[in-house]
Amino acid sequence: MRITEHPILRFDRGKELSFTFNGQPMKGYEGETIAAALHAAGVKVLAKSEKLHRPRGFFCAIGNCASCQMTVDGEPNVRTCITLLREGMKVESQEGKGRLQ
Amino acid sequence: MREVELLIIGSGPAGLCAALSAAESGARALILERSFRPGGQLVKQTHMFFGSERQYASHRGVDIAELLLKKLAEYGERIELMLNATAVGFYEDNVVTVLKDEKEYFKIRAKSVVCATGAFEKSLAFPNNDLPGIYGAGAVQTLMNVYGVRPGNRVLMVGAGNIGVIVSYQLLQAGIEVAAVLDAAPRIGAYLVHASKLARMGVPILTSHTVKEAVGTDCLEAAVVWALDEKFKPIPGTERRFDVDVMCVSVGLSPLNELLAMRGAEMKYVPQLSGLVPLRSENCETGIPGVFVAGDASGIEEASSAMAEGWLAGLCAAAKLGYVPADFEARRREYLSQLENLRSGPVGERIRAGMKLSLLEGGMRDV
Ligand SMILES: Cc1cc2nc3c(=O)[nH]c(=O)nc-3n(C[C@H](O)[C@H](O)[C@H](O)COP(=O)(O)OP(=O)(O)OC[C@H]3O[C@@H](n4cnc5c(N)ncnc54)[C@H](O)[C@@H]3O)c2cc1C
Ligand code: FES
Repeated sequence: MRITEHPILRFDRGKELSFTFNGQPMKGYEGETIAAALHAAGVKVLAKSEKLHRPRGFFCAIGNCASCQMTVDGEPNVRTCITLLREGMKVESQEGKGRLQ
Repeated sequence: MREVELLIIGSGPAGLCAALSAAESGARALILERSFRPGGQLVKQTHMFFGSERQYASHRGVDIAELLLKKLAEYGERIELMLNATAVGFYEDNVVTVLKDEKEYFKIRAKSVVCATGAFEKSLAFPNNDLPGIYGAGAVQTLMNVYGVRPGNRVLMVGAGNIGVIVSYQLLQAGIEVAAVLDAAPRIGAYLVHASKLARMGVPILTSHTVKEAVGTDCLEAAVVWALDEKFKPIPGTERRFDVDVMCVSVGLSPLNELLAMRGAEMKYVPQLSGLVPLRSENCETGIPGVFVAGDASGIEEASSAMAEGWLAGLCAAAKLGYVPADFEARRREYLSQLENLRSGPVGERIRAGMKLSLLEGGMRDV
């Protein structure tokens, strides 16, 4: 789900990166956020809410609402909409507040 | 604890201009930006800006950000830009706590502070409004214009103000279908040039309509909308279903300024400025001496006025620190008159009224 042709914008994607989402291997590009890479790969549900376990996706994409928090390399509550993807990252969806590992 | 002269929170147009302005006077500034990329909302604006020549009208927002960042580089040793750094607390004696890289946590004490934190997108209440696939219009703009990722295949846009209409147009440019644009108001809020572009491309704009509910289990699958009467009450029987995988909520922005409230600045609800705003002087100084506000954080306007306020706040914050250039008064007058021009005429009427309501009376308050 990437835009390849655009009348005014050109997307110079960086190096291809590998990461995992809930253990599954995924690809993304250098220079994009974790949330953007996941969305491009068709992953929209990033977390489950704390009480009712409702699915959560991103909402603001600017680091303001906490809707996109996931566990990244064991660290819970990472705002994936403003955190850049890195090679080998271990990204996991999070239930509620997440747990320190 | 690190000590700085001037701390600027936020690197959108307001924060960048405040830094440039203060540096021009000789002050040293540290800018905190929570994102890994400076420029605030400008970086996703691919359309030509309206406004006046002084504020780079008819440039694309993304190019304005580049222009400002180039200028910033010229002041290399006087301006430091710290990215991935979120200001999370603002305490007495201007101590700001910072979360860096979602890991480190430390304090900075500043002699003067400019809060230029921008705004956040409002949400709308309807059943299932939390389903993934329902995003702020600005978020969708970021996804497609900054990262080149398709938000989905078919979009329902809620809100026919400038942002809703511009983002709809940008969706079409990216090859994504826009099923319809809704607005609860009986009239389209956006500038006519933008709205008529959409109409020409066959996108229906449904005024006096709102969302009844979103449908879907894990993600958005459809949205049911209905018509509103002249009292904004839904009319049963007018329901229509749109099969969409994305809904953009573009029902306005609210100023983002909790940090100032936390610091003890006196806040007031001013509907004309779209929410709670700090009371301030005409120089953008809040009731707390040395603490300034600029841009959308002081009331929702536009990038052009955010830049003019940034220049003014930076100039006056530097002056507070003792950096008073020979042409201080001339510069101050110039920025004030730019703001007056931007807020003139019938379009600026609301903002003018809001400014009057948020003006600090009776001088400074000690905290
Ligand atoms: C779709 C759309 C179209 C627009 N079109 C136009 C137009 O044509 N012409 C025009 O003049 N204006 C336009 N605007 C409005 C313009 O983009 C904004 O008014 C302007 O960007 C506001 O500038 P700002 O510096 O106040 O805030 P922002 O640009 O929002 O910048 C605030 C910055 O502060 C950072 N920040 C926030 N909180 C913290 C914190 N606690 N710690 C660290 N950093 C923080 C944010 O990450 C952000 O980078 C448009 C806006 C949108 C969304
Ligand atoms: S989507 Fe709002 S913080 Fe990430």
